[in-house]
Amino acid sequence: MSGGGLRTQVGQLARRSVLRTMRQPGQIVPALIFPLFLLAVNSGGLKDATSLPGFPTDSYLTFALAVPFMQGALFSVMNSGTDLARDIETGFLNRLALTPLRGAALLSGLLAGAVVLGLVQAATYLAVGLIAGAELAAGAGGALVIVALAVTTTVAFGTLGLFAALRAGNGEAVQSLFPVFFVFLFISSMALPLDLIQTQWFRDVASVNPVSYLLQAYRSLLIEGWNLGELALGFAIAVAIGLLGMWAAAGALKTRLVRT
Amino acid sequence: MTDESRERAGIEVEGLVREFKNGPRAVDGIDLRVEPGEIYGFLGPNGAGKSTTVLMLTTLLPPTAGTARVAGFDIVREGGDVRGAIGAALQEAALDPLLSGREHMRLQTALHGLPRAERGARCDELLARVGLSEAADRRVGGYSGGMKRRLDLALALAHRPRILFLDEPTTGLDIQSRTALWDEVTGLAKEGVTVFLTTQYLEEADALADRVGIIDHGSIVAEGTPAELKAEIGRPTVEAVPHDPDETGRVAEALRPFGERCDPTRRGGISVRLEGGESQLADVVRALDAAGIAVERLQLHAPSLDDVFLAKTGRSLEGAGDAAAGEEPGSEEMDAVGAA
Repeated sequence: MSGGGLRTQVGQLARRSVLRTMRQPGQIVPALIFPLFLLAVNSGGLKDATSLPGFPTDSYLTFALAVPFMQGALFSVMNSGTDLARDIETGFLNRLALTPLRGAALLSGLLAGAVVLGLVQAATYLAVGLIAGAELAAGAGGALVIVALAVTTTVAFGTLGLFAALRAGNGEAVQSLFPVFFVFLFISSMALPLDLIQTQWFRDVASVNPVSYLLQAYRSLLIEGWNLGELALGFAIAVAIGLLGMWAAAGALKTRLVRT
Repeated sequence: MTDESRERAGIEVEGLVREFKNGPRAVDGIDLRVEPGEIYGFLGPNGAGKSTTVLMLTTLLPPTAGTARVAGFDIVREGGDVRGAIGAALQEAALDPLLSGREHMRLQTALHGLPRAERGARCDELLARVGLSEAADRRVGGYSGGMKRRLDLALALAHRPRILFLDEPTTGLDIQSRTALWDEVTGLAKEGVTVFLTTQYLEEADALADRVGIIDHGSIVAEGTPAELKAEIGRPTVEAVPHDPDETGRVAEALRPFGERCDPTRRGGISVRLEGGESQLADVVRALDAAGIAVERLQLHAPSLDDVFLAKTGRSLEGAGDAAAGEEPGSEEMDAVGAA
């Protein structure tokens, strides 16, 4: 009996990943509520920042709306990583290893849940933001691109969760990474545009932090309209993180799965 | 090896070794052979090397040294072929609590490459076989331990394997679930499936296995049919548990004339192999009575695999579980015998 084709394997594991995600409200709800709560707090507390000379918009809500998309992507690190870590801990990965499953199918299939999560998150953040009064300069087409960028970013960060799970082999270790990843968000242009950050070291760090450019890609659509350069940079960074994460996860999977 | 001879191949192991970093040899050069269609019981206490052996034979752990062929394929060089020929239910029933039994079956049959048209029927057939048709669409998180084990078995059978590895399949199950699983394993063997079964339950090996290998500290210390192994021991043992635990030493003194070795038991008593056979039981009672020892329990055991283990290793089989104790075939028990 031959093993299932790569497409079948990816499809079956993707189905499982999506089912798992949809059956765990505990994964979805915090990833929706927490970023929106922070959005409400920040857009209320920091709205005076719009009076700074050179601030790109007079709506801090519009400026801050980019942040939930990044926070949602960071939740993907934890969710995808914790799911895989649980498979390792329970021996489910060994069950899969006893089938003709290919490593690429396993990793790709596991990320299907991240795609669903990314879609749900992006649609919710955007809808809530617009209802609350945020602007979307790029119009309906821009909304679709924002969702596409959010899904790409969520999947990209999901690969980092897979890598962490395969290296550590337990859910607690993956969850302990969450604050570490959040630091990357805080030392970015999350609260202010790069050129308005006055503290030099913070500005230097934020300038080399890829998260700043991912945020800028969202903001370009929300505030400016269509800035292809910033959009391309955002997508390129997301894809690069995804490829790097997949490469690292594939290597860790080989170490983890020592089947002959 | 031709395809036809592979169809008839079982398991052949020569000098298999597994060492872990900074640890002892988990498996220390074992040799064994399992014939096609045979149920081979691999019996030993926790940490003896049973699961490590299974992981190597199922290709999930490379051996440090030695060779093994499973279904005619080398476990190191032909791992993919081995996996195609075997099914395995490993020590923990590795199931996803968020998926239903049927969803597990669908995933397993698809990953093993069963044609889409066959999958549904195969899932239904196996779920019915293990008695899970009614629970098939319920999430596994709500299954009992026995149901999980039965689903685990059905998953291992999804691709019609010729050889089945069951690693402690009944650990933690109640008697009813255990018996149901035994019936299923027996049925599979009758259909020609070779079964490699690890267990720490003596009565499980006794009831199921055509042949038994006893492993301790990574080495096989005895091998044969259960009857052959017990015949080697030959003599029954008697176990006396004093009413007062402080009198264990005096019980040993009283029993010493009846056999070479007096060994402590899990129940806090002393057991001795009766050199003169069952007829000495009355003398044992008289000796305890003469010593003025109040005995809470006196039990005569026909030779068991535990006796074989004791004879080969000098220890009783640890962790065999409460269910194993007191249910040895051929036991005659006298409760609360007041010798005094």
